[in-house]
Amino acid sequence: MPNATVRPSHPVTVPPPEPGPPKARRPRRRPRTETREFRSLVSPHTLTTPHGRLIYWTVLTFVVVTFTLAFVFPLYWMVTGALKSPEELAQIPPSFFPSSLDVGVYAEAWDQLDLGLFLTNTVVYAGGAWLLTLAFDVSAAYALSKLRPVLGKAVLGMMLSTLMIPPMVILLPAYLTVKDLPIFGWDLLNTPWAIWLPAAANGFFVFLLKRFFDSIPRELIEAAQIDGASPGRILWSIVLPVSRPILGVVSILSVVNVWKDFVWPLLVLPDGEKMTVSVGIASLSAQMPQNVLIASLVIASIPTMVVFFVFQRSIMAGLTAGSLKG
Amino acid sequence: MSTTTVHGSRRKRGALGRGIRRNLTAYGFLSGALICFAFFSWYPMVREVLLSFQQTNFVDEPTWVGWDNFRTVFEDAAFADAWTNTLAFTGLALVFGYVVPFAAAIVLNELRHAKAYLRFVVYLPVMLPPAVGVLLFKWFYDPGAGLFNQILALAHLPGLSWLDSTDTALISLVIVSTWMNLGTGTLIYLAALQSIPGELYEAAELDGAGLFKRVWHVTIPQTKLILLVMLLLQIVATMQVFIEPYLLTGGGPENATLTVAYLMYQYAFNFGDFGGGGALGLMLMVVLMVFSAFYLRLSRDNQS
Repeated sequence: MPNATVRPSHPVTVPPPEPGPPKARRPRRRPRTETREFRSLVSPHTLTTPHGRLIYWTVLTFVVVTFTLAFVFPLYWMVTGALKSPEELAQIPPSFFPSSLDVGVYAEAWDQLDLGLFLTNTVVYAGGAWLLTLAFDVSAAYALSKLRPVLGKAVLGMMLSTLMIPPMVILLPAYLTVKDLPIFGWDLLNTPWAIWLPAAANGFFVFLLKRFFDSIPRELIEAAQIDGASPGRILWSIVLPVSRPILGVVSILSVVNVWKDFVWPLLVLPDGEKMTVSVGIASLSAQMPQNVLIASLVIASIPTMVVFFVFQRSIMAGLTAGSLKG
Repeated sequence: MSTTTVHGSRRKRGALGRGIRRNLTAYGFLSGALICFAFFSWYPMVREVLLSFQQTNFVDEPTWVGWDNFRTVFEDAAFADAWTNTLAFTGLALVFGYVVPFAAAIVLNELRHAKAYLRFVVYLPVMLPPAVGVLLFKWFYDPGAGLFNQILALAHLPGLSWLDSTDTALISLVIVSTWMNLGTGTLIYLAALQSIPGELYEAAELDGAGLFKRVWHVTIPQTKLILLVMLLLQIVATMQVFIEPYLLTGGGPENATLTVAYLMYQYAFNFGDFGGGGALGLMLMVVLMVFSAFYLRLSRDNQS
């Protein structure tokens, strides 16, 4: 900011565009001002004029209110809706706050929809898919990146080509494959393998991992080779420890993918005892009183919400990594 | 390593042996993924084509029936409805789901406050399991005491019948789908906007370009590639729409929300006709592959 030194004549009457104590005791809050040096569509100059500031604050208020109404309010309505009795739910106009804070409906939803079972199932499916994805895709990406076998490029190309095939169009043949596995003749329907094995065939994860492994310096690997380390040892002791960020992204994405999936578990796990939480709730939704159903929706969304709260950064990193693929 | 000091032929053999060993190790590492891809990605891709030309009834070996399956689905009155609805859904989803996130990202990029909050909030619906989001909106759409009609009543407007009317059912599905997916586009565009060099805006402003001119002549050309990529990805994603009609309307009323993917599901699991479903799937695949091919070309052009 060169201007700051040009007009020091009346430092008191020129307030900084951002409120806040000028000599804050906590330098940790610095990141707030980082964006000021970044020039975007509107020049920082315009924002310092009274007119510009008025517009800025109007837009800011509008955006915050709109986003809150559009994205938070429906969730508020869901959480409070569960607490209302069926009569209160049918009432016009609606009550903004539930008249009682009886959380018994959540317990009722838990029992009636057997959510404990469904959630346990989903944890087993997501956990197994996660382990299998990491084991298979990490070692595949390592082989393609560092061991570079004959036809490695072709194998990678074939794996990436699956990204071009939308999952919906191979739904039926994939279902038939799981129902009667070629060569082996196994019926994997209603077994966790029907979720675990297809989940590991993820071209995007292989791509992300390989790209990360490619960036690991050769010297690091070569030094270990000279010391006589086997490929497996190199993967375990050298590649994996430096790849924590990408392993985090892939782990979260793979768990969230399985958790959010609906169509595939709907087809391959039709048994009422084996359903995932999404499919279970959907299949029982018609028979439930409205408030119990809503309570079950709240419970079903808690796990992914918690994951989002905790791993926000990795999730968003995975998102932008996804947009740059190809 | 003793082979490096001995003469030519042995050195070559040693290198060859090492090469073989390296390849064997590599394929050992690849084996798990290769098996999964082979069974659950590559084989189904081939099987999809076979399926649409065969009759499959789980008792006998599948028999070849030529174009019969295609003829069956063509003659189905629901076929035209399904394609019309799918295209309408994709088009409407583009109007909302493509323009709005970009505009939102442009505005978000200008804000200096509440950024983390806004980014978090816009992505919340994406993290909701889709079945939860869809069932939540089913309740909002309730013509009696649903949230949307309550809001309309507050504004002294007549309520709509949303999912129960052929006029509004499809647009209702578009609204749910857009609400659940808006966050992805917004955050991706936001990341793209942050990489635009500030000097470009500065220069444009010195040349006297107003706000909208700067968006038109700087922001859009600078994000052209990601805009195109997202356009193709969104078309491919929305054309596969299934869960919304499955959970909200069952394809009704009067086929107003029947989509190709849902019709494919119905053929296979309601009518037991995997051949007909396969034929529909293959048609969808061909259409989507055209967009995927564009996408592939774009990313290749970008690389070179």
